[in-house]
Amino acid sequence: MIATRDAYGEALAELGGENDKIVALDADLSGSTKTGVFGKKFPNRFFNMGIAEANMVGTAAGLAAVGKIPFLSTFAIFAAGRGWEQIRQSVAYPKANVKIVATHGGVTVGEDGGSHQSVEDVAIMRAIPNMTVIVPADGEETKGAIRAAAAYKGPVYVRLGRNKVPSVFPAGHKFEIGKGVVVVPGTDLTFITTGLMTAAAVTAAEKLNAEGISARVLHIGTIKPLDKELVLQAAEETGAIVTAEEHSVVGGLGGAVAEFLAETCPTLMKRVGIYDRFGTSGKSDELLKYFGLNAETLIEEAREIVSRKK
Amino acid sequence: MKEKIADLEEKARRLRVAIVKTLHKSQSGHTGGSLSAIDMVCALYFHKMRHNPAEPAWEGRDRFVLSKGHAAPALYVTLAECGYFPAEDLMMLRRLGSHLQGHPDSKGTPGVDVCTGSLGQGLSMANGMALGLKLDGKENRVYAVLGDGELQEGQIWEAAMAAAHYKSDNLCAMIDSNGLQIDGDVAKVMNVSSIADKFKAFGWNVIEIDGHDMGQIVTALDQAEAHKGAPTAIVAKTVKGKGVHLFENKASYHGVTPNDDELPEALRCLGCCD
Repeated sequence: MIATRDAYGEALAELGGENDKIVALDADLSGSTKTGVFGKKFPNRFFNMGIAEANMVGTAAGLAAVGKIPFLSTFAIFAAGRGWEQIRQSVAYPKANVKIVATHGGVTVGEDGGSHQSVEDVAIMRAIPNMTVIVPADGEETKGAIRAAAAYKGPVYVRLGRNKVPSVFPAGHKFEIGKGVVVVPGTDLTFITTGLMTAAAVTAAEKLNAEGISARVLHIGTIKPLDKELVLQAAEETGAIVTAEEHSVVGGLGGAVAEFLAETCPTLMKRVGIYDRFGTSGKSDELLKYFGLNAETLIEEAREIVSRKK
Repeated sequence: MKEKIADLEEKARRLRVAIVKTLHKSQSGHTGGSLSAIDMVCALYFHKMRHNPAEPAWEGRDRFVLSKGHAAPALYVTLAECGYFPAEDLMMLRRLGSHLQGHPDSKGTPGVDVCTGSLGQGLSMANGMALGLKLDGKENRVYAVLGDGELQEGQIWEAAMAAAHYKSDNLCAMIDSNGLQIDGDVAKVMNVSSIADKFKAFGWNVIEIDGHDMGQIVTALDQAEAHKGAPTAIVAKTVKGKGVHLFENKASYHGVTPNDDELPEALRCLGCCD
C-alpha cells in the first residue's frame, strides 16, 4: 500500500537526477503533492509559485518554451479548475511540453469536503485537444506513468490521489501511454476501471468468480487516448461493460467508453461513478462507500448486467 | 545614434503601412492596438533583440512575447520585414489554411515562440522563459508587450509578483498604454492607474516613456538591460491607432479594419503614395 502521490514524489526526484531539463513547480502545496522531495534534492530547479495557479501554469509553459520539462503540481481541483484556461491556451494549444500532475483527485480528499474534491477534472482535461490524461491505479503504475510522461513530448495531465491504495501491479510494471491492461481475464462481463477503482474491481471479480460469474478487469490507465482496441475487444467478447471511476460519470472514463462504444459496438453498459453531484466532508473510506465506489457496488452491478444479458 | 533613430523611425513608418495594407486585405483584425504597439516592436526587432530570421529556433536568441496577442498584425509585419517568412504571407492573415492565425500561434509561424491572445497570460510565459534561461546560465533576455486594458487580468499581477520574487532581471515588460479598450476608456471601464506605481509596488524597476518617441524607447530598453536585481516595466504612453488620424484615439477602431474608402487617406497619412 502506497499513495500515488508518494510514488510521484519518489519518481520525480529520481528522474530529476537523470535529466537536468526536468523542473518542478508548485503552488504552496509541495509537502502534500510531494514535489517537495524534488525541491529538496534540486532547489535550483524547483519553483514555488505561491497560491497563484494561473501564473504557475503560464510559467511552466514559458519554461517549456526554452527547453525545460516542467512538472507542475497542486490539488486536482486547483490544477484543472483554477488553471483550466491557462492549460488550454498556454499549454495545450501550443502543445507545450508541460506535465500537470494533480494530486488529491476525487472524493478521497476526505474531510476537506466538496469544495476540494475534484469530481470533474478528468472530463475537463479530456475535452482539451492535444491533452493526454492518465489516472494510475497504484504506486507502481504511477512511477511508470511519471517516467512515460517525462519521455513523451507534449502536454500530459496525471491525476493522483491522497491516500494509500492497494497494489495492483508488480514492481517494475512497465507503463505505456494509451495502453490498457487486462488485469483479470473473464468472459461474462468486463469491468473497465481507472484509478483506485481497479483494485476494487479485482476484489469484485474474485468474489463474482465464486458465484460463477466470470468478470474481466480492464484497467485503463490512460483515459485519453483511450485504448480502443481493448475496449472494443471487451465489448465484443463479454457483451457487458461496467465502468468505474472516482469521478463524475459525466465525461470521464465512463463517458469516454460510452461515446466510443455507442458508435462502434453498442453494448449493455453501466457507469459506476459520481452521479452529477458534488462531494462532501467525511473520512475517505466512508465517502467511497457513500458514493458506492467499492467492490460491493461493482458486484451488484455485475449481477444486474449479466442478468440483463439473458 | 541620431541616424540609428531616424532609421528605426523610417522602419516603423513602413511597418505601419504594412499593418494598414494587411488589415485592409484581411478585413478582420485589430487596427488600433497594432498601430500603438508598432514603434516598440520595431525597436525590439531592429535594434534591441538578438535574433536570427534564418534560424528562428537559434539557441542564442532573445525571446519575444506579444501578450496583447490581438496586435498580431504588428508582430507579423515585423517578422516578415525581418525575413522570417515571405511578405506575401501577410495577405493571407486570418484566412483558412494560413499560418498567420488571428492571434499568434507558435505551431505555425516562424519566429513565434508561444501562443498568446487570451489576455493576461503572456507575462507568466515570459517570466517562465526568463527563469529557464537563467537556469541555463544564459544571458538572453525576454521581452513582453502588454496592453493597458490587459492589466485588468489578475494573472498579470500574479506574474508581476513572481517575476520580482525571482529577481528576473532578464525580463522586460513593455506596457502599451493607449488608454482605450473595447468598451471605451480604460479609466472608465476599469481603472488601472497608476500603472507605474503598481509595478513599483510589486518590486519592479519602472521607466515611463512616450511610446512613440523612438529615442526614448531605445534608451529605456538599454536602461532596462542595465538594471540588475529586478525586472523592468517600461510604461509607454501611446496613442491607439497612432499614425492615421482616422483611427487615432478611437476605441471603435479596436477591432475594425480600414475599408476601401479609408485606405487611400490612411496610406497618405503614412507618407505612402502607392
